[in-house]
Amino acid sequence: MDWRGRSSRLVVDYGMLGILLLLCIFFSVLTLRDQYPTGIAAADALYEQIASSTAKETGIIIVSRESGDDSLFAAALKARLSVGGYANVHAISGDPSAIKEELPLYIGAAGSPKIIATTQAFAPVVHNVVSQIAAAAEATIMTPPAHRWPTFLLPDNIRNVANQITVIAIIAIGMTMVIITAGIDLSVGSLIALSAVVVAWLIGQLGGAGTSAMGMILGSLGGIVLCGAVGGFSGLMITRFRIPPFIATLAMMQVAAGVAYIISQGKPIYQIPDGFIWLGRGVDPLLKIPYAVILMIVLYIAAHIVMTRTTTGRYIYAVGGNMEAARLSGIRVRMILFLVYTVCGMLAGLGGVVMASQLKSGAPTYGLSYELYVIAAVVVGGTSLSGGEGRILGTLIGAFVIGVIQNGMNLTNVESYTQKVILGLVILGAVLLDRLKQQGFRLTKT
Amino acid sequence: MSADPARVAVPAMLLQMRGITKAFPGVQAVKSGSFELAAGEIHALVGENGAGKSTLIKILTGAHRADTGNILVNGTSVSFDSPITARQAGIAAIYQEFTLIPTMTVRENLFLGREKTHHGFVDSRFEYQTAVTLLTRLGTEIDPEAKIADLSTAHQQMVEIARALQTDARILVMDEPTAALTPREVERLFAILKELAGRGIGIIFISHRLDEIFAIADRVTVMRDGDTIGTWRTAELTRIKLIEQMVGRSLEEEFPKVAAPRGEIGFEVRGLCGGKIRDVSFSVRRGEVLGLAGLMGAGRTEVARLIFGADTKESGDIRLDGGPLHITSPREAIAAGICLLTEDRKMQGLVLKASALENFALPNLLLWSKSGFINRRRERSRFFERVDNLNIRLSGPDQHAEDLSGGNQQKLLVARWLETDSKVVIFDEPTRGIDVGAKYEMYLLMNELAAQGKMVIMISSELPEILGMSDRILVMREGRVAGEIEDVSTATQEQVMALAT
Repeated sequence: MDWRGRSSRLVVDYGMLGILLLLCIFFSVLTLRDQYPTGIAAADALYEQIASSTAKETGIIIVSRESGDDSLFAAALKARLSVGGYANVHAISGDPSAIKEELPLYIGAAGSPKIIATTQAFAPVVHNVVSQIAAAAEATIMTPPAHRWPTFLLPDNIRNVANQITVIAIIAIGMTMVIITAGIDLSVGSLIALSAVVVAWLIGQLGGAGTSAMGMILGSLGGIVLCGAVGGFSGLMITRFRIPPFIATLAMMQVAAGVAYIISQGKPIYQIPDGFIWLGRGVDPLLKIPYAVILMIVLYIAAHIVMTRTTTGRYIYAVGGNMEAARLSGIRVRMILFLVYTVCGMLAGLGGVVMASQLKSGAPTYGLSYELYVIAAVVVGGTSLSGGEGRILGTLIGAFVIGVIQNGMNLTNVESYTQKVILGLVILGAVLLDRLKQQGFRLTKT
Repeated sequence: MSADPARVAVPAMLLQMRGITKAFPGVQAVKSGSFELAAGEIHALVGENGAGKSTLIKILTGAHRADTGNILVNGTSVSFDSPITARQAGIAAIYQEFTLIPTMTVRENLFLGREKTHHGFVDSRFEYQTAVTLLTRLGTEIDPEAKIADLSTAHQQMVEIARALQTDARILVMDEPTAALTPREVERLFAILKELAGRGIGIIFISHRLDEIFAIADRVTVMRDGDTIGTWRTAELTRIKLIEQMVGRSLEEEFPKVAAPRGEIGFEVRGLCGGKIRDVSFSVRRGEVLGLAGLMGAGRTEVARLIFGADTKESGDIRLDGGPLHITSPREAIAAGICLLTEDRKMQGLVLKASALENFALPNLLLWSKSGFINRRRERSRFFERVDNLNIRLSGPDQHAEDLSGGNQQKLLVARWLETDSKVVIFDEPTRGIDVGAKYEMYLLMNELAAQGKMVIMISSELPEILGMSDRILVMREGRVAGEIEDVSTATQEQVMALAT
């Protein structure tokens, strides 16, 4: 295959990546505004400003609240200033009344000229306090300088997007496999609820809020195994009795949702130990990546390898591309289908665990209409609903496309009903674009 | 070149295509195409796959536009920019894949898009009468209210023809019309085509089956590598001469049969029953090619599927190398050393959307994998070796199977089964729909397999092929073995047909 063939194949396979980038650029531009640094970054920025404009003997008073970011700011700025040769530096912290008491004492000691350094968030309070102290009138209040940067691209927001799509993206792995076999699994949304409820209930049985780590792991495995069994049951109905996947999983969707309500008696279960949120809300200490996102990435890498490098992956594509040809090639078609639905169920169960962990509870209302988001992610990711074609990594991109659109609309204050309309149109547009690209941007005459 | 078209031509030329060229990106599909059709003539258009005949036909039916050249219908220059304008000029094409809607009735299909209405309501009575008239004219008794899905392939084809006639087509293009018909249905079709020709309709007949061309065509035009090589009266030609024109070199013979030394009996089927198959018994010796003949529907494919485990047998013993085999799935058959090249490449053989490499690898992955991981280097090296050996023409391992020509698709499937190194090789219609060159290669391959001591079972509906390539012939009729012909060298088509009917 020449380069042109290769690159066109690449565009077809991962063309949605370009759309994802365009969406990111679009929302970056829309959310471009003044960003005020906090913590150490704020201290660095403010120090640069002070060092470039002020003499070494200037009296500097650092005023801050007693919160995490502010304390970091105060400590870091003080350290920078002392390294930078500023000797006349004082730091005070506390609530506004404490500041009002202490500030006059330091004003006198600082001599003249004076600088009061504080954070952007605390500045209004400081201004207010200073205006009431005559001795402080000549002091300059300095805050860390702002810079223009898109809110969309702030590390916190990107983490947020990743967090929001984890559950959808994890389940979409299984759904991609199912759709590649020319099937569909409508039960995944209900399985999220079933899993979350079962996990919370099992943890409750094993000791509730006081459960050990082992108890939490057992509870989670219980939810995953149960959902795997439900998926396997769908697979059995589909392979043994030739019930169409749409019908079989539609039925299981109802059954799973009903069982989730029965187990929880219709109420959320909250008796979950604090440690359980480790998966859903914890972040790794180095890059601050949420553990759930790391789990998702690991699963994607594993699934990609399975689909591209193993016999099982090849068989999944073959079964979806031509079931009869696959069977006559000696492939155990029923086994493959059973496996795929079981895996999809297990991943839905895992999605339920992640959601229970994020929300620190299990409720039968979780995952409502998630199957549609999951299917949308798969389809936007370029997997054909007619089976035999699709890429696991395409699905990850598809999940991000949906996550980015939702997040971007939240950031730009689009109302939630309007969001639904736009999301629907975007899914349609994305798939349409993909179709056109495969046809070389020609409209087919029919 | 034996004949100048202008001299052969009857004065009333229905269609003339001259100096047609057509290029697609990277390929000159038609370099110099010409074709003439007289009113009332059945004119065969032949050539290997890629010779340019389908492009030429697509230009005629308005699916493609020629780069240069002109088309005259009844002496008037025409230019078609869509199939609709071609249709309006009286040109109708009937393709292998029918364009009927299976869930609708014959009448509804005949009038689809041009319903006879009365104040917005369909005038069913009128449509019914017209449909009966049309179908009777074709000598068929198809019920206009029957659903298409309930009709046989032959009857569906009749409906297609009726629909073409209903729009007053003067030129009828038939692309491989006999591919799915039984010999009796073919005879019936030919009678109808001759009848239509008698009424002045010109018929362009495209087929890979040479005996049919000799049976029905008045003239033959051969295309090769995008050029029209020439036009001959069929009566002036022989099979070998026609094949030579198609492949562009001289051939010793059509069937290069080399009998391999026959060993002891290695494969035995005793009392096989299942579905309509009743008590089928036979044996195959090492190095033997057993031809399985019979009419369409006689149960040949069903026997192959029962042996291969694709369908479940009710009873019967299968023995390979003296030991009994208990096969319940294709997977077990493959493991035991049996392979089946299915009759329907697209439905049962290939995964069309998958690449050539993936199709090649499908039944063989376990050979090249370790704890589930595919050794991709080994997979590719085996692929390239087989592609070279079998002379499979493809752009690369990633080319989709659906983009390969029929002959290359077939060779790809053969390549994959060679890789399994089976002892029993079942070929079901191995040369259906592939061109002469690829057919020849398939025959050489069968010789080679036999020479290796393999047991080959060849199912074929083409009697010349059965007679030309088999060491022994088994004839089936209505699910049973009707007879066996040991001495193939003196056997005749009539002898086979007598057993088959």
